[in-house]
Amino acid sequence: MSDRTLEKLSILADAAKYDVSCSSSGSDRKNKDKGLGNASNGICHAYTEDGRCVSLLKILLTNHCIFDCAYCVSRKSNDVKRAAFTVQEVVDLTINFYRRNYIEGLFLSSGIFKNADYTMERLVLVARKLREEHNFNGYIHLKTIPGASDELLKEAGLYADRLSVNVEMPTEQSLKLLAPDKKREDMIQPMNYLKGAIIANREEKKLFKKAPQFAPAGQSTQMVIGATPESDLEVLFMASQFYKQMQLKRVYYSGYVPISNDNRLPAIGTPVPMIRENRLYQADWLMRFYGFKVNEIVSPENPHLDIDIDPKLSWALRNLQIFPVDINKADLQVIMRIPGIGVQSAKKIVSARQFSKLTWEHLKKIGIAVNRARYFITCQSKEFELKDLMPMQIKQRILSQGASKYQPNFSPQIKLF
Amino acid sequence: MVTLTYDGSFEGLLTAIFEIYEYRFSDVSIVPADRAQANVFNDHRQSTSDPVKAERVWLGLKKKVSTAALNQLHRAFLSELPGIEDKLYQYVLYVFSSKLSVEYDYSNSFVLFIKQTDQKVRREKHRMEAFIRFQLTGDGLYYAICQPDYNVLPLLQNHFRERYADQRWLIYDSTRKYGIYYDLNTVETVSLSFSEEAGSGKNLQAVFDEKEELYQQLWQQYFTSVNIVARKNTKLHLQHMPRRYWKYLTEKQVQ
Repeated sequence: MSDRTLEKLSILADAAKYDVSCSSSGSDRKNKDKGLGNASNGICHAYTEDGRCVSLLKILLTNHCIFDCAYCVSRKSNDVKRAAFTVQEVVDLTINFYRRNYIEGLFLSSGIFKNADYTMERLVLVARKLREEHNFNGYIHLKTIPGASDELLKEAGLYADRLSVNVEMPTEQSLKLLAPDKKREDMIQPMNYLKGAIIANREEKKLFKKAPQFAPAGQSTQMVIGATPESDLEVLFMASQFYKQMQLKRVYYSGYVPISNDNRLPAIGTPVPMIRENRLYQADWLMRFYGFKVNEIVSPENPHLDIDIDPKLSWALRNLQIFPVDINKADLQVIMRIPGIGVQSAKKIVSARQFSKLTWEHLKKIGIAVNRARYFITCQSKEFELKDLMPMQIKQRILSQGASKYQPNFSPQIKLF
Repeated sequence: MVTLTYDGSFEGLLTAIFEIYEYRFSDVSIVPADRAQANVFNDHRQSTSDPVKAERVWLGLKKKVSTAALNQLHRAFLSELPGIEDKLYQYVLYVFSSKLSVEYDYSNSFVLFIKQTDQKVRREKHRMEAFIRFQLTGDGLYYAICQPDYNVLPLLQNHFRERYADQRWLIYDSTRKYGIYYDLNTVETVSLSFSEEAGSGKNLQAVFDEKEELYQQLWQQYFTSVNIVARKNTKLHLQHMPRRYWKYLTEKQVQ
């Protein structure tokens, strides 16, 4: 462990960083027999200079890869430094980082060497060592290698908190174009297997409390955004399907960072589609926490999310007939749909109005964004917004009040993309 | 106006609240003794912490509000904000004056204030769970120094005891000059004079485990490598990791 480890770490962390998932929540692993660690709600221990959370030690076991996916830095044809960790090195790094409170656990992925099973076996070996030899109860996220056998997936699920298979591209055509070695069914098949195993395990745990846990934090996936021409409609419908049919915990959207001169892809220097990525996450949140259906957010008539306003506001502007909503009477579900009011504020409103009729003053103190919400609500007050505003007028007024953090990006040139 | 001073402890505050009822003070302000300022127009009274009186207030509250609300009061107290005592007193007053539980009445400014203060304290607690960085000494102690905005060490004990059950650790609050120490069995509060020099990395070799410097380097390397330069976003970085915390963050010690 020294200079060589340092170099390996820099290569293999660098290669893993385009996988955006870093969540460490959703598990409930207790510290067993006074061992090391536990995993529950997830903590972001640091934030990189690009503002992303660092919660896990996210590395590749190796960046040697037999595949040649155009969007990936570790592709076979790319001329980069290659390295590989030994199993013991990964174990030591994880344990020692964890003991110093740097991380919540390990996120281990890998380039594919030899074949899928051979690679998957190594990943599982690391997890087994951590759990069985070191009594490590921190968070472990293992990447599922497409095409790995069910037996290995089963073993992985017994050690890991979360498993994930990346679908990489929103549609099969894009995958075929950019990752000719990968097959869609190789990704869907393990997802299906895991879904079945997770459900079976939950049933089993209901009957026998002591039954071993199987991937308690569920599974997730990731799509690369902006490398191929899919619309937000396609992306979000795909995500919605994953949530519903595969019962995934999370779908991640990764704005494509140009890394190659391949003419199938945006050229190096093209800006990362960060606003679009942000809007997709906002839409994702609306589906998961706000009770929105995907076809309320995007539709064949509106296949793209608005770039200059968030998806909740644009939904509200398309559905002005529902508003204004009386804050003192409406259901929680309806209040959560008002632009400028989040889940927490909505809950506070519903609690508080049992004691007194809420006024603008109350709402401000509770912390809602009155600037936005005022066009959509009424409360205990005679002051209301003029009700006959057109959607465009409301949008203009809201936009003119606050400077969006993305303002510099709203030049007409960017809008073309 | 009556200024009632107390010893700065939570028990002391509850005692003071009891005495306001006992002596029927009206127009009263509760102030910790070390923050009290002499004012000739005020009537100064001193309250001495009394576990029996404190207990009665606590049990009285327990009949009116949930355990969650009681914990909220305690955490809001740990914020040590100037004037927090009066807010807590007003909250208690409101609770006792109502027949039903008012803990969710966010239209009442004191209830809302306590809730919001509680959120701030909990956020700080969570930040400390994230930003504590242990360093391993030569005799196997993992120790960390921190400077939380609020007095959150009492809230951190359980988290660190459950997580690091098999290692001895010490977390020291250098603002409030005390720490919590886990000896593999229990967590104790310790006050010690601690030289800050020891934590600054100057004499790493002397005090620390031989591998400590290596792991710090590895962590710094990792922190640099996972950054995507094309996505640089300083505003977001600072929002999540405000500068005041950098002093004790291992990854922020590289220039």
